[in-house]
Amino acid sequence: MVTSTSRYAYIACDATKCVGCQLCEYICSYTKTGEYNTYRSRIRTVRVDEILITAVACRTCEDAPCVIACTRDALKQDPETGLISVNAERCDGCAWCIEACDFGAISINPATKMAEICDQCQDQEDGPQCVLWCPKDALELTTPDQRAQKARRKLVHEEVHGPR
Amino acid sequence: MYGYSGRILHIDLTTRKTWVETKPEAWYKIYIGGVSMAARLLWENIKPGCDPLSPDNPICIANGIFAGTPVPVGGKYGLASKSPLTGFMGDSLSGSWFSVALKRTGWDGIVIHGASAEWVDIFIDDGRVMFRDARKLLGKGTFETEETIREELLDDQVRSATIGPAGENLVRFANVTNDGRQAGRTGHGAVWGSKKLKAVSVRGTRGVVVADPDTLMKMSFDITQQAQGPYTVKYRMLGTATNVLNMNKLGLLPTRNYQQGTFEMAEQVSGEYLEEHFKVKKIACAQCPIACEQVSAAKPGLYAGAMTGIEYECLYANGPNLGIGDLNAVIKLIDVADRGGQDAMSQGVTISWAMESFERGVLTKEDFKSKKYPDGFEPNFGNGEAAVALAEMIRDREGIGDLLAEGTRIASRRVDADRGTESYKWAMHIKGLENPGYDARGLKTFSVGLATGTRGGCHNRSAAYDPDIQGEVDRFSIDETRGRLAAENEEYAAVYDSLPLCKFIRRCFTGKADRAGAWPAIAALINATTGWNFDYDAVDLIGVRAHTIKKAFNIREGWSRADDHLPYRWHHEPMKEGASAGHVVTEEELEYLKDLYYEAKGWTKEGLIPKAKLIELGMEDVAEEIGV
Repeated sequence: MVTSTSRYAYIACDATKCVGCQLCEYICSYTKTGEYNTYRSRIRTVRVDEILITAVACRTCEDAPCVIACTRDALKQDPETGLISVNAERCDGCAWCIEACDFGAISINPATKMAEICDQCQDQEDGPQCVLWCPKDALELTTPDQRAQKARRKLVHEEVHGPR
Repeated sequence: MYGYSGRILHIDLTTRKTWVETKPEAWYKIYIGGVSMAARLLWENIKPGCDPLSPDNPICIANGIFAGTPVPVGGKYGLASKSPLTGFMGDSLSGSWFSVALKRTGWDGIVIHGASAEWVDIFIDDGRVMFRDARKLLGKGTFETEETIREELLDDQVRSATIGPAGENLVRFANVTNDGRQAGRTGHGAVWGSKKLKAVSVRGTRGVVVADPDTLMKMSFDITQQAQGPYTVKYRMLGTATNVLNMNKLGLLPTRNYQQGTFEMAEQVSGEYLEEHFKVKKIACAQCPIACEQVSAAKPGLYAGAMTGIEYECLYANGPNLGIGDLNAVIKLIDVADRGGQDAMSQGVTISWAMESFERGVLTKEDFKSKKYPDGFEPNFGNGEAAVALAEMIRDREGIGDLLAEGTRIASRRVDADRGTESYKWAMHIKGLENPGYDARGLKTFSVGLATGTRGGCHNRSAAYDPDIQGEVDRFSIDETRGRLAAENEEYAAVYDSLPLCKFIRRCFTGKADRAGAWPAIAALINATTGWNFDYDAVDLIGVRAHTIKKAFNIREGWSRADDHLPYRWHHEPMKEGASAGHVVTEEELEYLKDLYYEAKGWTKEGLIPKAKLIELGMEDVAEEIGV
């Protein structure tokens, strides 16, 4: 699986657990816009085929390509959290950031014609709402390092005890 | 108005004209959505007495009240046309993304009239309607058609309801597929095919807003959490296939075309065996936190490459019912049905009729010739390869598949008329719709629920097997409570079918699935969505009204008491072995049960609906037409 090499946390989806219910999209769009509209969700479910289903949100890349690509300096990355913010004054919806993103994690809001990017629900007391709602615990806020640790533990566990 | 737009889209395929019909809020309060609204749209738009495969039979799509919101399992829509199998109300439900995308287009329902001269598919892009040339999609399977359309329109969020080759070929039990789910029963695919309509695609970019989002979010969150607990464990773990061993134990598992109620290879086709050896992934419909769809794949070998979702009804029909104990073959059969776009239940029961007819000498090897088998083949029970060949021949209307594509009722009548045989005695249908996976000889309450069902042999509209199986009543005998039980049961189911909510959520509101446990929560969800003041009684009325409009439709199409029947076999052949051995439902028993049932419904002895009853339900115009 393609993963960001970033040290920052991001919302990761375990494709083996994701059932494709799309609840994350409803919850995200409601949290951010007050309406249910998957076109305005900052996390997107992807159904590649009948069984390959997952969800993708901003991976908080280091030296984020979207920030570099923005011709109007509308995107800024927080050096502490890696979160990308969009300056509404400057963004003109040109979509260069969308093309620059390897993960397809940025979208243009059809109403405001502005780029929208996952901010891990910084404004919510109980953290990312999609993670909170995910009925199958497929989503988590994690870092590549934490994922690597998990993978190593799983590997050792399987080698000793056999798969699940 | 919250929850609805108030607008119904009409499309005429003959003239390629579209128009908008507005409906008042009062109309929605009666025909709230799903099956109920679809049935009502059909009532309003069909020419009574028409041939189901003629341009006069409209396609009526009605969305759900909760589609596009986080209300668990609310992503469903209803579909209604006059059924080419039964000649009566054909109503189906399907889950997932199509309904959600449709919600965001701003249309509460779609009525498609007429018929196209050339193959066409419709693309509804928010408010706009486009007619597309569908000739290049012909012959493509259901999943492939959807994928092709999405690629052409360059948008992942376009959702399509499509027909497969079976629908193109007017197989009478062809169905409509979206997102891997089916509006499965009563032959909608053939209606679409008769109009040369290959697909309806929707793209909705408008947000859904509800009256009281705080309440809706809180309730939805709680129900979503409950849906991860013990109340849905059956559906999440083994899925409905877990029923195989239960039904076998009760002697109710239809085996070899309902000749037996137990299957000696039940273990090998059980939900447990499926889970262990064939399961690939569990997936969900849009908006569903349960994820009951058990995607399973055949192993390398004869049926390699076959992969689809396996549920009990499709499994029994294409497994035990065909005497097949190899899940590889069963998965392949259901795969052929799902990709070809035909009802896997009707497919299995029609093939089992052919197999029994062959074993009894009514059909011979000569009848089973095809391109692949020029000398014919011998479709004995248990012959998986023969069953797969027949499923494909039905889909393509090749050889005897052309006859079987007419469904069990027409096929048996035609053979009996030509050959002077009596194959109707093992034609396992009610009103022309092939029966579900419960042998009613050991389920007396269910027997009247099935016989009186408005769409024929169906376990979804009446689940009156519940009191029988749960032990609330003695399942082998009858008493004066059974009419009321059957009536209450189907009206209960009709509430879920009309919102629609998937019934698998029914225990997650309070832990109790009965009316007292679920209706207050459902009323609160309706109110939070729409801003209405529904209470327990109003929720209860949803089901009564939904059932009434379907029944009224059948009456207008010429229904009479004799149409509420059971298959010959269940009346005259006692179950041979197993826990239900020795039982039949006699004709006298059924007539008595029908009396009780009509009385419980408040209908006349002939099963007609009194004018006063219809007026009481707010259906004055219906009373005018068919009330007595």
